[in-house]
Amino acid sequence: MTASIAIDRTPRQQYLLRLSDTCLILGQRLGEWCGHAPILEEDIALANMALDLIGQARALLTHAGAEQGLDEDQLAFLRDERDYLNPTIVELPRGDFAFTVLRNAMVSTWLRLVWERLRESSDAELAAIAGKAVKEARYHQQHAADWAVRLGDGTDESRRRCEAALETLWRYTPELFDDDAVDAHAASTGLGPAASTLREPWLAEMAEILGEATLATPADSAFRSTGKRGLHTEHMGHLLSEMQSLQRAFPGGAW
Amino acid sequence: MSAVDTEWPLWEVFVRTKAGLDHKHCGSLHAADPKMAIQLARDVYTRRQEGSSVWVVRSDQIVASDPADKAMYFDPMEDKVYRHPTFYVLPKSVDHM
Repeated sequence: MTASIAIDRTPRQQYLLRLSDTCLILGQRLGEWCGHAPILEEDIALANMALDLIGQARALLTHAGAEQGLDEDQLAFLRDERDYLNPTIVELPRGDFAFTVLRNAMVSTWLRLVWERLRESSDAELAAIAGKAVKEARYHQQHAADWAVRLGDGTDESRRRCEAALETLWRYTPELFDDDAVDAHAASTGLGPAASTLREPWLAEMAEILGEATLATPADSAFRSTGKRGLHTEHMGHLLSEMQSLQRAFPGGAW
Repeated sequence: MSAVDTEWPLWEVFVRTKAGLDHKHCGSLHAADPKMAIQLARDVYTRRQEGSSVWVVRSDQIVASDPADKAMYFDPMEDKVYRHPTFYVLPKSVDHM
């Protein structure tokens, strides 16, 4: 087994890792659909999106890692669980297709808003990554939103599954918009938007998607997930053990 | 509901690789409606930068010639070589005709 690496926990690094890990972990979850999606065409679509997300994660990890002498593979595969800073919503098990569709709608809407703002980042490389990623996120959002409408406004069963998924997922969304010192740093240096500034536009877009899907926006709850501070659910360890096993067993292994 | 109703209709996919070229048939897929067909065509058939434009057409909207008519339709053209413009001498400046 290869030992874990230690990471810098500067606000800048944390800001970059929160974003990279959102892409990385959601990409890993979407990849679990490969060979299991309801239809062949959708199987390919989900795998495409997983690869888009992993591509975004690679660019961000390469950029973040360069500042601390680490490469993308080390950052992706050799960190301990608590050094992954993705919001909890992306690590939840893939669930049924309704769960995946609604999570994709929520996260891709959020990512699209983030990437749009990051195009004006004071970090030129981050701005360049955002310029490419925003196109991908736009498609992911449209794809998920279309499915949300089909399933939400579909059969009794698809609607029931959507409502259940929405109920579960909604509790994890406030974490996306809670500010802390990392956000204060990003906002003050022009690195990127503070999390809270995306809340209103996100809610407006979600209300539009859910409205068209004839699904009611769930009520807010006081529950706060803590993934972006490194405190994860019990699902994260299982995900990482699978994701990391190859690189831990064959250090530096590459295609 | 009959078994047929649970099957999404089939669509034929045509992809144009770059502006100026024609849309070429590249395959088919199942989708519930035109919007889904276009999106899935994008996902299934343009993953390797093949596309700049996509058309989809419901397969049951395509009118095709009957294979049984092949002899009647196409064989009579075999001995009419004069329909090929091969008897003209091309100027050197014209490549790749």
